[in-house]
Amino acid sequence: MIRALLAVALTLMLGGAARAERLIVSVSNHRVTVTPNYSGEELVLFGSVEKDASTPADRTTYDLVVTVMGPRADMVTRRKEHTFGIWINTDYRQFLQVPSYLALFANRSFEAITSPEIARRQQIGLNNVLLMQRVSGDYADVVPNDAFRSAFIRLRTQRGLYREDAAAVTFLTPTLFRTGIPLPAEVPIGTYEVEIKLFSNGAFIGKTDTAFEIVKVGFEQFVATNARQNGLVYGLVTAAMALMTGWMASIVFRKD
Amino acid sequence: MQLYLPIADLPVNVFLVLAMGAAVGFVSGMFGIGGGFLMTPLLIFIGITPAVAVASVASHIAASSFSGALSYWRRRAIDPALASVLLCGGVTGTALGVWTFTQLRALGQLDLMIALSYVVLLSTVGSVMFSEGLRALMRTRRGAVPPRRAHNWIHGLPLKMRFKRSKIYLSVIPVVIVGIVIGFIGAIMGIGGGFILVPIMIYLLRVPTSTVIGTSMILTLVTMLFATLLHAVTNHLVDAVLALILMIGGVTGAQFGARAGQKIRGEQLRLLLGLLILSVGVRFAVELVIRPEDLFTIRELGVSG
Repeated sequence: MIRALLAVALTLMLGGAARAERLIVSVSNHRVTVTPNYSGEELVLFGSVEKDASTPADRTTYDLVVTVMGPRADMVTRRKEHTFGIWINTDYRQFLQVPSYLALFANRSFEAITSPEIARRQQIGLNNVLLMQRVSGDYADVVPNDAFRSAFIRLRTQRGLYREDAAAVTFLTPTLFRTGIPLPAEVPIGTYEVEIKLFSNGAFIGKTDTAFEIVKVGFEQFVATNARQNGLVYGLVTAAMALMTGWMASIVFRKD
Repeated sequence: MQLYLPIADLPVNVFLVLAMGAAVGFVSGMFGIGGGFLMTPLLIFIGITPAVAVASVASHIAASSFSGALSYWRRRAIDPALASVLLCGGVTGTALGVWTFTQLRALGQLDLMIALSYVVLLSTVGSVMFSEGLRALMRTRRGAVPPRRAHNWIHGLPLKMRFKRSKIYLSVIPVVIVGIVIGFIGAIMGIGGGFILVPIMIYLLRVPTSTVIGTSMILTLVTMLFATLLHAVTNHLVDAVLALILMIGGVTGAQFGARAGQKIRGEQLRLLLGLLILSVGVRFAVELVIRPEDLFTIRELGVSG
Protein backbone atom coordinates (compact mmCIF):
# COMPACT_ATOMS: atom_id res chain seq x y z
CA MET A 1 0.00 0.00 0.00
CA ILE A 2 2.66 2.45 1.11
CA ARG A 3 4.86 1.38 -1.74
CA ALA A 4 2.02 1.98 -4.20
CA LEU A 5 1.42 5.46 -2.79
CA LEU A 6 5.10 6.25 -2.98
CA ALA A 7 5.19 5.14 -6.56
CA VAL A 8 2.26 7.41 -7.41
CA ALA A 9 3.87 10.30 -5.59
CA LEU A 10 7.13 9.74 -7.40
CA THR A 11 5.38 9.56 -10.74
CA LEU A 12 3.65 12.85 -10.02
CA MET A 13 6.84 14.51 -8.85
CA LEU A 14 8.80 13.51 -11.86
CA GLY A 15 6.07 14.75 -14.15
CA GLY A 16 5.58 11.55 -16.06
CA ALA A 17 8.20 8.93 -15.51
CA ALA A 18 7.51 7.52 -18.96
CA ARG A 19 9.69 10.23 -20.49
CA ALA A 20 13.23 9.33 -21.23
CA GLU A 21 14.79 12.54 -19.84
CA ARG A 22 14.32 14.32 -16.62
CA LEU A 23 14.90 18.04 -16.15
CA ILE A 24 16.20 19.19 -12.82
CA VAL A 25 16.24 22.96 -12.31
CA SER A 26 16.67 25.52 -9.61
CA VAL A 27 16.73 29.31 -9.48
CA SER A 28 19.38 31.12 -7.46
CA ASN A 29 16.79 32.89 -5.35
CA HIS A 30 13.16 31.90 -4.86
CA ARG A 31 12.23 35.12 -3.18
CA VAL A 32 13.51 38.41 -4.57
CA THR A 33 12.96 41.39 -2.31
CA VAL A 34 12.59 44.81 -3.86
CA THR A 35 13.86 47.47 -1.50
CA PRO A 36 13.46 51.24 -2.02
CA ASN A 37 16.89 51.48 -3.66
CA TYR A 38 16.42 48.40 -5.83
CA SER A 39 17.74 49.06 -9.32
CA GLY A 40 17.33 45.73 -11.06
CA GLU A 41 18.85 42.34 -10.50
CA GLU A 42 19.65 39.13 -12.31
CA LEU A 43 18.49 35.74 -11.16
CA VAL A 44 20.27 32.63 -12.35
CA LEU A 45 18.51 29.44 -13.37
CA PHE A 46 20.57 26.24 -13.20
CA GLY A 47 19.59 22.84 -14.39
CA SER A 48 20.59 19.59 -15.87
CA VAL A 49 19.12 17.06 -18.25
CA GLU A 50 19.19 13.62 -16.66
CA LYS A 51 19.16 10.69 -19.01
CA ASP A 52 17.94 7.27 -18.04
CA ALA A 53 18.04 3.80 -19.51
CA SER A 54 15.24 4.43 -21.97
CA THR A 55 16.95 7.43 -23.55
CA PRO A 56 17.67 6.70 -27.21
CA ALA A 57 21.38 6.37 -27.76
CA ASP A 58 21.46 8.79 -30.70
CA ARG A 59 20.07 11.62 -28.56
CA THR A 60 23.15 13.54 -27.57
CA THR A 61 22.39 17.23 -28.06
CA TYR A 62 19.56 19.11 -26.44
CA ASP A 63 17.89 22.47 -26.95
CA LEU A 64 16.18 24.45 -24.24
CA VAL A 65 13.59 27.19 -24.16
CA VAL A 66 12.99 28.93 -20.84
CA THR A 67 9.81 30.99 -20.45
CA VAL A 68 9.46 33.33 -17.48
CA MET A 69 6.01 34.78 -16.88
CA GLY A 70 5.23 37.45 -14.31
CA PRO A 71 1.88 38.05 -12.61
CA ARG A 72 -0.97 38.50 -15.07
CA ALA A 73 -2.90 41.72 -15.54
CA ASP A 74 -5.37 43.37 -17.89
CA MET A 75 -3.84 46.09 -20.05
CA VAL A 76 -5.13 48.61 -22.53
CA THR A 77 -3.15 49.68 -25.57
CA ARG A 78 -4.21 52.96 -27.12
CA ARG A 79 -3.30 54.49 -30.46
CA LYS A 80 -2.98 58.20 -31.11
CA GLU A 81 -4.22 59.68 -34.34
CA HIS A 82 -3.83 63.08 -35.92
CA THR A 83 -7.21 64.73 -35.40
CA PHE A 84 -7.97 68.46 -35.62
CA GLY A 85 -4.27 69.22 -35.85
CA ILE A 86 -3.37 67.50 -32.58
CA TRP A 87 -2.57 63.95 -31.55
CA ILE A 88 -5.43 62.25 -29.72
CA ASN A 89 -5.96 58.73 -28.38
CA THR A 90 -8.62 57.21 -30.61
CA ASP A 91 -8.63 53.46 -31.04
CA TYR A 92 -7.79 50.98 -28.27
CA ARG A 93 -7.52 47.26 -27.58
CA GLN A 94 -7.82 45.48 -24.30
CA PHE A 95 -5.37 42.70 -23.49
CA LEU A 96 -6.78 40.27 -20.97
CA GLN A 97 -4.73 38.58 -18.27
CA VAL A 98 -1.44 38.93 -20.10
CA PRO A 99 1.87 38.46 -18.25
CA SER A 100 3.23 41.72 -16.85
CA TYR A 101 6.72 40.30 -17.35
CA LEU A 102 7.57 37.86 -20.10
CA ALA A 103 10.95 36.51 -21.06
CA LEU A 104 11.88 33.76 -23.49
CA PHE A 105 15.39 32.40 -23.45
CA ALA A 106 16.97 29.71 -25.57
CA ASN A 107 20.38 28.32 -26.37
CA ARG A 108 20.02 29.05 -30.09
CA SER A 109 17.51 30.67 -32.41
CA PHE A 110 13.95 29.43 -32.06
CA GLU A 111 13.82 28.58 -35.77
CA ALA A 112 16.84 26.32 -35.38
CA ILE A 113 15.41 24.56 -32.34
CA THR A 114 12.09 23.42 -33.73
CA SER A 115 9.60 23.71 -36.57
CA PRO A 116 7.19 26.67 -36.83
CA GLU A 117 4.34 24.25 -36.16
CA ILE A 118 5.69 23.05 -32.82
CA ALA A 119 6.88 26.54 -31.92
CA ARG A 120 3.35 27.81 -32.26
CA ARG A 121 1.86 24.97 -30.27
CA GLN A 122 4.42 25.29 -27.48
CA GLN A 123 4.28 29.13 -27.55
CA ILE A 124 7.96 29.52 -28.37
CA GLY A 125 8.93 33.13 -29.14
CA LEU A 126 7.16 36.41 -28.43
CA ASN A 127 5.26 36.04 -31.70
CA ASN A 128 3.78 32.75 -30.57
CA VAL A 129 2.93 33.51 -26.96
CA LEU A 130 -0.79 33.68 -26.44
CA LEU A 131 -1.89 37.24 -25.70
CA MET A 132 -5.64 37.24 -25.31
CA GLN A 133 -7.41 40.33 -26.59
CA ARG A 134 -10.96 41.51 -26.44
CA VAL A 135 -11.85 42.52 -29.98
CA SER A 136 -15.35 43.99 -30.08
CA GLY A 137 -16.88 41.46 -27.68
CA ASP A 138 -14.86 38.51 -28.93
CA TYR A 139 -11.96 36.94 -27.09
CA ALA A 140 -9.08 35.94 -29.27
CA ASP A 141 -5.42 36.33 -29.98
CA VAL A 142 -4.67 37.94 -33.31
CA VAL A 143 -2.01 37.48 -35.98
CA PRO A 144 1.51 38.31 -34.77
CA ASN A 145 1.85 41.31 -37.10
CA ASP A 146 -1.32 43.00 -35.81
CA ALA A 147 -0.54 46.68 -35.15
CA PHE A 148 -1.77 46.69 -31.55
CA ARG A 149 -0.15 43.38 -30.67
CA SER A 150 3.25 44.33 -32.06
CA ALA A 151 3.06 47.81 -30.47
CA PHE A 152 2.21 46.19 -27.16
CA ILE A 153 5.20 43.85 -27.36
CA ARG A 154 7.49 46.64 -28.56
CA LEU A 155 6.52 48.97 -25.68
CA ARG A 156 6.88 46.24 -23.07
CA THR A 157 10.26 45.31 -24.58
CA GLN A 158 11.43 48.93 -24.40
CA ARG A 159 10.73 48.92 -20.67
CA GLY A 160 12.68 45.67 -20.30
CA LEU A 161 9.55 43.81 -19.24
CA TYR A 162 9.25 41.62 -22.33
CA ARG A 163 12.35 40.07 -23.77
CA GLU A 164 13.51 37.38 -26.10
CA ASP A 165 17.08 36.17 -26.14
CA ALA A 166 18.11 33.18 -28.20
CA ALA A 167 21.61 33.13 -26.75
CA ALA A 168 20.85 33.43 -23.06
CA VAL A 169 20.90 29.71 -22.24
CA THR A 170 24.39 28.26 -22.13
CA PHE A 171 25.22 24.59 -21.90
CA LEU A 172 28.17 24.14 -19.58
CA THR A 173 28.35 20.46 -20.46
CA PRO A 174 26.10 18.71 -23.00
CA THR A 175 23.55 18.22 -20.19
CA LEU A 176 24.27 20.99 -17.67
CA PHE A 177 22.84 24.43 -18.43
CA ARG A 178 22.39 27.87 -16.96
CA THR A 179 20.62 31.09 -17.89
CA GLY A 180 20.31 34.54 -16.38
CA ILE A 181 16.89 36.08 -15.77
CA PRO A 182 17.30 39.86 -15.79
CA LEU A 183 14.75 41.73 -13.68
CA PRO A 184 14.51 45.48 -14.40
CA ALA A 185 14.10 48.16 -11.74
CA GLU A 186 10.38 48.54 -12.37
CA VAL A 187 9.71 44.81 -12.11
CA PRO A 188 6.10 43.94 -11.23
CA ILE A 189 5.68 42.18 -7.90
CA GLY A 190 4.05 38.78 -7.55
CA THR A 191 4.63 35.17 -8.44
CA TYR A 192 6.70 34.35 -11.50
CA GLU A 193 6.28 31.05 -13.29
CA VAL A 194 9.24 29.54 -15.07
CA GLU A 195 8.70 26.87 -17.71
CA ILE A 196 11.63 24.96 -19.07
CA LYS A 197 10.97 23.10 -22.31
CA LEU A 198 13.37 20.53 -23.66
CA PHE A 199 13.83 19.81 -27.35
CA SER A 200 16.02 17.40 -29.22
CA ASN A 201 16.41 17.22 -32.99
CA GLY A 202 13.44 19.52 -33.39
CA ALA A 203 11.06 17.43 -31.28
CA PHE A 204 9.54 18.54 -27.99
CA ILE A 205 10.50 15.93 -25.42
CA GLY A 206 9.53 17.31 -22.05
CA LYS A 207 9.19 20.19 -19.69
CA THR A 208 9.35 21.16 -16.06
CA ASP A 209 8.21 24.14 -14.03
CA THR A 210 9.56 26.17 -11.20
CA ALA A 211 8.62 29.52 -9.73
CA PHE A 212 9.97 32.44 -7.80
CA GLU A 213 8.39 35.33 -6.06
CA ILE A 214 9.11 39.04 -6.12
CA VAL A 215 8.08 40.92 -3.03
CA LYS A 216 8.48 44.54 -2.10
CA VAL A 217 9.59 45.18 1.43
CA GLY A 218 10.08 48.14 3.66
CA PHE A 219 8.53 51.54 3.90
CA GLU A 220 7.88 51.78 0.18
CA GLN A 221 5.69 48.69 0.10
CA PHE A 222 3.90 49.85 3.22
CA VAL A 223 3.05 53.10 1.44
CA ALA A 224 1.87 51.38 -1.74
CA THR A 225 -0.33 48.88 0.11
CA ASN A 226 -1.95 51.53 2.23
CA ALA A 227 -2.56 53.85 -0.70
CA ARG A 228 -4.53 51.08 -2.35
CA GLN A 229 -6.30 49.60 0.66
CA ASN A 230 -6.87 52.50 3.03
CA GLY A 231 -7.34 55.40 0.63
CA LEU A 232 -9.03 57.64 3.15
CA VAL A 233 -6.46 57.18 5.93
CA TYR A 234 -3.67 57.52 3.40
CA GLY A 235 -5.17 60.75 2.09
CA LEU A 236 -5.60 62.12 5.60
CA VAL A 237 -2.02 61.25 6.54
CA THR A 238 -0.69 62.87 3.36
CA ALA A 239 -2.77 65.99 4.04
CA ALA A 240 -1.52 66.08 7.64
CA MET A 241 2.03 65.67 6.37
CA ALA A 242 1.53 68.64 4.05
CA LEU A 243 0.26 70.78 6.94
CA MET A 244 3.15 69.68 9.17
CA THR A 245 5.74 70.52 6.52
CA GLY A 246 4.18 73.90 5.89
CA TRP A 247 3.98 74.66 9.58
CA MET A 248 7.59 73.55 10.19
CA ALA A 249 8.77 75.77 7.35
CA SER A 250 6.97 78.78 8.77
CA ILE A 251 8.63 78.12 12.16
CA VAL A 252 12.10 77.50 10.79
CA PHE A 253 12.12 80.48 8.45
CA ARG A 254 10.23 82.88 10.69
CA LYS A 255 11.93 86.22 10.52
CA ASP A 256 10.58 87.90 13.64
CA MET B 1 20.83 58.55 -4.69
CA GLN B 2 18.04 56.54 -6.28
CA LEU B 3 14.71 56.22 -4.53
CA TYR B 4 11.79 54.14 -5.65
CA LEU B 5 8.49 56.04 -5.74
CA PRO B 6 5.81 53.62 -4.53
CA ILE B 7 2.82 54.99 -6.44
CA ALA B 8 4.51 56.48 -9.47
CA ASP B 9 6.24 53.04 -9.72
CA LEU B 10 9.44 54.59 -10.88
CA PRO B 11 12.94 55.02 -9.47
CA VAL B 12 14.01 58.66 -9.34
CA ASN B 13 17.06 60.55 -8.19
CA VAL B 14 16.20 62.14 -4.84
CA PHE B 15 18.43 65.14 -5.46
CA LEU B 16 16.88 65.82 -8.86
CA VAL B 17 13.38 65.91 -7.37
CA LEU B 18 14.60 67.93 -4.40
CA ALA B 19 16.25 70.43 -6.75
CA MET B 20 13.09 70.65 -8.83
CA GLY B 21 11.07 71.31 -5.69
CA ALA B 22 13.53 74.00 -4.63
CA ALA B 23 13.59 75.65 -8.07
CA VAL B 24 9.81 75.76 -8.30
CA GLY B 25 9.65 76.89 -4.67
CA PHE B 26 12.06 79.71 -5.48
CA VAL B 27 9.89 80.87 -8.37
CA SER B 28 6.71 80.54 -6.32
CA GLY B 29 8.20 82.49 -3.42
CA MET B 30 9.39 85.19 -5.81
CA PHE B 31 6.00 85.69 -7.44
CA GLY B 32 3.84 84.76 -4.45
CA ILE B 33 2.15 81.87 -6.23
CA GLY B 34 1.76 78.15 -5.49
CA GLY B 35 3.87 76.98 -8.40
CA GLY B 36 1.72 74.00 -9.32
CA PHE B 37 1.60 75.05 -12.97
CA LEU B 38 5.39 74.58 -13.10
CA MET B 39 5.69 71.56 -10.82
CA THR B 40 3.14 69.34 -12.57
CA PRO B 41 4.69 69.82 -16.05
CA LEU B 42 8.21 69.24 -14.67
CA LEU B 43 7.11 65.95 -13.11
CA ILE B 44 5.47 64.93 -16.38
CA PHE B 45 8.69 65.74 -18.25
CA ILE B 46 10.79 63.47 -15.97
CA GLY B 47 8.50 60.56 -16.78
CA ILE B 48 5.89 60.54 -14.04
CA THR B 49 2.43 59.93 -15.50
CA PRO B 50 0.27 63.08 -15.65
CA ALA B 51 -2.33 61.48 -13.38
CA VAL B 52 0.15 60.77 -10.56
CA ALA B 53 1.81 64.16 -11.06
CA VAL B 54 -1.47 66.06 -10.73
CA ALA B 55 -2.57 64.10 -7.66
CA SER B 56 0.78 64.35 -5.84
CA VAL B 57 1.41 68.02 -6.59
CA ALA B 58 -1.88 68.88 -4.83
CA SER B 59 -0.39 67.97 -1.45
CA HIS B 60 2.84 69.79 -2.30
CA ILE B 61 0.88 72.98 -2.98
CA ALA B 62 -1.08 72.50 0.23
CA ALA B 63 2.18 72.50 2.18
CA SER B 64 3.60 75.63 0.58
CA SER B 65 0.32 77.54 0.79
CA PHE B 66 -0.06 76.58 4.45
CA SER B 67 3.30 78.05 5.39
CA GLY B 68 2.38 81.18 3.39
CA ALA B 69 -1.10 81.40 4.89
CA LEU B 70 0.32 81.18 8.42
CA SER B 71 2.51 84.22 7.94
CA TYR B 72 -0.34 86.17 6.32
CA TRP B 73 -2.59 85.18 9.22
CA ARG B 74 -0.13 86.59 11.70
CA ARG B 75 -0.11 89.87 9.76
CA ARG B 76 -3.93 89.81 9.75
CA ALA B 77 -3.86 89.91 5.93
CA ILE B 78 -6.62 87.29 5.51
CA ASP B 79 -10.32 88.05 5.20
CA PRO B 80 -12.07 85.12 6.95
CA ALA B 81 -15.54 85.98 5.62
CA LEU B 82 -14.38 86.26 2.02
CA ALA B 83 -12.32 83.08 2.40
CA SER B 84 -15.32 81.09 3.65
CA VAL B 85 -17.55 82.21 0.77
CA LEU B 86 -14.77 81.35 -1.72
CA LEU B 87 -14.36 77.97 -0.03
CA CYS B 88 -18.05 77.08 -0.50
CA GLY B 89 -17.42 77.28 -4.22
CA GLY B 90 -13.89 75.87 -4.02
CA VAL B 91 -14.85 72.63 -2.29
CA THR B 92 -17.72 72.02 -4.75
CA GLY B 93 -15.44 72.74 -7.68
CA THR B 94 -12.75 70.38 -6.37
CA ALA B 95 -15.24 67.53 -5.95
CA LEU B 96 -16.51 68.11 -9.49
CA GLY B 97 -12.93 68.28 -10.75
CA VAL B 98 -11.85 65.00 -9.16
CA TRP B 99 -14.99 63.31 -10.48
CA THR B 100 -14.28 64.58 -14.01
CA PHE B 101 -10.64 63.47 -13.61
CA THR B 102 -11.79 59.91 -12.82
CA GLN B 103 -14.18 59.84 -15.78
CA LEU B 104 -11.56 61.14 -18.22
CA ARG B 105 -9.04 58.62 -16.94
CA ALA B 106 -11.44 55.76 -17.64
CA LEU B 107 -11.95 57.10 -21.17
CA GLY B 108 -8.20 57.33 -21.77
CA GLN B 109 -8.40 61.04 -22.50
CA LEU B 110 -7.01 62.37 -19.22
CA ASP B 111 -3.51 63.11 -20.48
CA LEU B 112 -4.93 64.95 -23.48
CA MET B 113 -7.28 67.01 -21.34
CA ILE B 114 -4.49 67.93 -18.92
CA ALA B 115 -2.30 69.02 -21.83
CA LEU B 116 -5.12 70.93 -23.55
CA SER B 117 -6.10 72.70 -20.34
CA TYR B 118 -2.49 73.73 -19.84
CA VAL B 119 -2.22 75.08 -23.37
CA VAL B 120 -5.45 77.08 -23.22
CA LEU B 121 -5.17 78.38 -19.69
CA LEU B 122 -1.47 79.12 -19.57
CA SER B 123 -1.19 80.76 -22.97
CA THR B 124 -4.20 82.97 -22.24
CA VAL B 125 -3.16 83.96 -18.73
CA GLY B 126 0.47 84.21 -19.77
CA SER B 127 -0.15 86.55 -22.69
CA VAL B 128 -2.58 88.74 -20.73
CA MET B 129 -0.12 89.02 -17.87
CA PHE B 130 2.82 89.64 -20.19
CA SER B 131 1.09 92.40 -22.17
CA GLU B 132 -0.29 93.94 -18.99
CA GLY B 133 3.19 93.94 -17.45
CA LEU B 134 4.63 95.45 -20.63
CA ARG B 135 2.06 98.23 -20.62
CA ALA B 136 2.62 98.96 -16.93
CA LEU B 137 6.35 99.07 -17.51
CA MET B 138 5.94 101.56 -20.34
CA ARG B 139 3.57 103.64 -18.24
CA THR B 140 6.08 103.96 -15.43
CA ARG B 141 8.78 104.84 -17.99
CA ARG B 142 6.58 107.71 -19.13
CA GLY B 143 5.79 108.55 -15.52
CA ALA B 144 2.01 108.24 -16.00
CA VAL B 145 -0.35 107.27 -13.18
CA PRO B 146 -2.31 104.02 -13.74
CA PRO B 147 -5.96 104.82 -14.48
CA ARG B 148 -8.40 104.15 -11.66
CA ARG B 149 -11.15 101.77 -12.67
CA ALA B 150 -14.82 102.39 -11.87
CA HIS B 151 -17.16 99.73 -10.50
CA ASN B 152 -18.15 97.11 -13.06
CA TRP B 153 -21.29 95.04 -13.72
CA ILE B 154 -20.28 92.48 -11.09
CA HIS B 155 -21.03 95.01 -8.43
CA GLY B 156 -24.63 95.21 -9.62
CA LEU B 157 -25.40 91.56 -8.77
CA PRO B 158 -27.81 90.71 -5.93
CA LEU B 159 -27.10 88.81 -2.64
CA LYS B 160 -24.62 91.37 -1.45
CA MET B 161 -22.54 90.82 1.63
CA ARG B 162 -20.17 93.01 3.59
CA PHE B 163 -16.59 91.73 3.89
CA LYS B 164 -15.27 93.73 6.83
CA ARG B 165 -11.57 93.13 6.68
CA SER B 166 -11.34 93.74 2.94
CA LYS B 167 -13.68 96.75 3.28
CA ILE B 168 -15.78 95.71 0.29
CA TYR B 169 -19.50 95.22 -0.27
CA LEU B 170 -19.95 92.50 -2.84
CA SER B 171 -22.41 89.92 -4.17
CA VAL B 172 -21.59 86.33 -3.11
CA ILE B 173 -22.52 84.96 -6.58
CA PRO B 174 -19.29 85.88 -8.42
CA VAL B 175 -17.22 84.88 -5.38
CA VAL B 176 -18.74 81.39 -5.26
CA ILE B 177 -18.39 81.00 -9.04
CA VAL B 178 -14.72 81.98 -8.88
CA GLY B 179 -14.26 79.41 -6.11
CA ILE B 180 -15.91 76.66 -8.18
CA VAL B 181 -13.83 77.43 -11.27
CA ILE B 182 -10.53 77.53 -9.36
CA GLY B 183 -11.37 74.34 -7.45
CA PHE B 184 -12.34 72.54 -10.65
CA ILE B 185 -9.28 73.39 -12.73
CA GLY B 186 -7.04 72.90 -9.71
CA ALA B 187 -8.19 69.30 -9.27
CA ILE B 188 -7.82 68.48 -12.96
CA MET B 189 -4.57 70.30 -13.67
CA GLY B 190 -2.74 69.95 -10.37
CA ILE B 191 -2.40 73.67 -9.81
CA GLY B 192 -3.35 75.83 -6.87
CA GLY B 193 -4.70 78.46 -9.21
CA GLY B 194 -3.17 81.40 -7.32
CA PHE B 195 -1.82 82.93 -10.51
CA ILE B 196 -5.35 83.18 -11.95
CA LEU B 197 -7.19 83.77 -8.69
CA VAL B 198 -5.17 86.79 -7.58
CA PRO B 199 -5.70 88.80 -10.81
CA ILE B 200 -9.40 87.86 -10.85
CA MET B 201 -9.84 89.00 -7.28
CA ILE B 202 -8.00 92.26 -7.89
CA TYR B 203 -9.47 93.25 -11.24
CA LEU B 204 -12.93 91.69 -11.15
CA LEU B 205 -13.91 91.57 -7.48
CA ARG B 206 -11.89 94.64 -6.46
CA VAL B 207 -10.46 92.96 -3.39
CA PRO B 208 -7.79 95.25 -1.93
CA THR B 209 -4.17 94.14 -2.32
CA SER B 210 -3.75 94.01 1.46
CA THR B 211 -5.93 90.88 1.82
CA VAL B 212 -5.91 89.37 -1.67
CA ILE B 213 -2.87 87.09 -1.46
CA GLY B 214 -3.56 85.82 2.06
CA THR B 215 -7.20 85.07 1.26
CA SER B 216 -6.38 83.35 -2.03
CA MET B 217 -3.85 81.19 -0.16
CA ILE B 218 -6.63 79.97 2.13
CA LEU B 219 -8.65 78.88 -0.90
CA THR B 220 -5.59 77.18 -2.40
CA LEU B 221 -4.80 75.46 0.89
CA VAL B 222 -8.26 74.04 1.48
CA THR B 223 -9.01 73.03 -2.12
CA MET B 224 -5.61 71.33 -2.44
CA LEU B 225 -6.02 69.46 0.86
CA PHE B 226 -9.45 68.36 -0.29
CA ALA B 227 -8.10 67.40 -3.72
CA THR B 228 -5.33 65.32 -2.07
CA LEU B 229 -7.93 63.51 -0.02
CA LEU B 230 -10.27 62.86 -2.94
CA HIS B 231 -7.48 61.77 -5.30
CA ALA B 232 -6.24 59.38 -2.58
CA VAL B 233 -9.68 57.90 -2.00
CA THR B 234 -10.93 57.61 -5.58
CA ASN B 235 -7.89 57.13 -7.80
CA HIS B 236 -5.16 55.98 -5.36
CA LEU B 237 -2.69 58.14 -7.25
CA VAL B 238 -1.16 60.33 -4.55
CA ASP B 239 2.51 59.49 -4.12
CA ALA B 240 3.29 60.53 -0.56
CA VAL B 241 7.03 59.92 -0.92
CA LEU B 242 7.22 62.10 -4.02
CA ALA B 243 5.06 64.74 -2.35
CA LEU B 244 7.26 64.84 0.75
CA ILE B 245 10.46 65.40 -1.25
CA LEU B 246 8.75 68.12 -3.28
CA MET B 247 7.41 69.79 -0.13
CA ILE B 248 10.80 69.91 1.56
CA GLY B 249 12.46 71.33 -1.55
CA GLY B 250 9.55 73.66 -2.21
CA VAL B 251 9.20 75.33 1.18
CA THR B 252 12.95 75.86 1.39
CA GLY B 253 13.21 77.33 -2.09
CA ALA B 254 10.22 79.59 -1.45
CA GLN B 255 12.03 81.39 1.37
CA PHE B 256 14.92 82.38 -0.87
CA GLY B 257 12.55 83.21 -3.70
CA ALA B 258 10.57 85.58 -1.51
CA ARG B 259 13.76 87.45 -0.64
CA ALA B 260 14.79 87.67 -4.30
CA GLY B 261 11.31 88.85 -5.27
CA GLN B 262 11.51 91.86 -2.97
CA LYS B 263 14.48 93.17 -4.97
CA ILE B 264 12.57 93.23 -8.28
CA ARG B 265 9.96 95.84 -9.20
CA GLY B 266 6.31 94.77 -9.44
CA GLU B 267 5.91 95.42 -13.18
CA GLN B 268 9.05 93.52 -14.07
CA LEU B 269 7.92 90.70 -11.83
CA ARG B 270 4.60 90.45 -13.65
CA LEU B 271 6.35 90.57 -17.00
CA LEU B 272 8.64 87.72 -15.99
CA LEU B 273 5.80 85.65 -14.56
CA GLY B 274 3.73 86.19 -17.72
CA LEU B 275 6.64 85.03 -19.84
CA LEU B 276 7.17 81.97 -17.66
CA ILE B 277 3.49 80.97 -17.77
CA LEU B 278 3.36 81.53 -21.52
CA SER B 279 6.41 79.37 -22.17
CA VAL B 280 4.96 76.43 -20.21
CA GLY B 281 1.75 76.76 -22.25
CA VAL B 282 3.70 76.81 -25.52
CA ARG B 283 5.73 73.79 -24.43
CA PHE B 284 2.50 71.80 -24.00
CA ALA B 285 1.13 73.07 -27.33
CA VAL B 286 4.24 71.91 -29.17
CA GLU B 287 3.93 68.49 -27.53
CA LEU B 288 0.36 68.15 -28.81
CA VAL B 289 1.03 69.29 -32.35
CA ILE B 290 4.21 67.44 -33.22
CA ARG B 291 3.93 63.78 -34.07
CA PRO B 292 4.59 61.78 -30.88
CA GLU B 293 7.59 59.45 -30.95
CA ASP B 294 5.27 56.57 -30.26
CA LEU B 295 1.63 56.50 -31.27
CA PHE B 296 0.85 53.68 -28.88
CA THR B 297 0.59 53.72 -25.10
CA ILE B 298 -0.12 50.97 -22.59
CA ARG B 299 -2.02 51.32 -19.37
CA GLU B 300 -2.16 48.54 -16.82
CA LEU B 301 -5.54 48.00 -15.26
CA GLY B 302 -4.21 46.55 -12.03
CA VAL B 303 -2.34 43.32 -11.42
CA SER B 304 -4.43 40.44 -10.23
CA GLY B 305 -2.98 37.41 -8.49
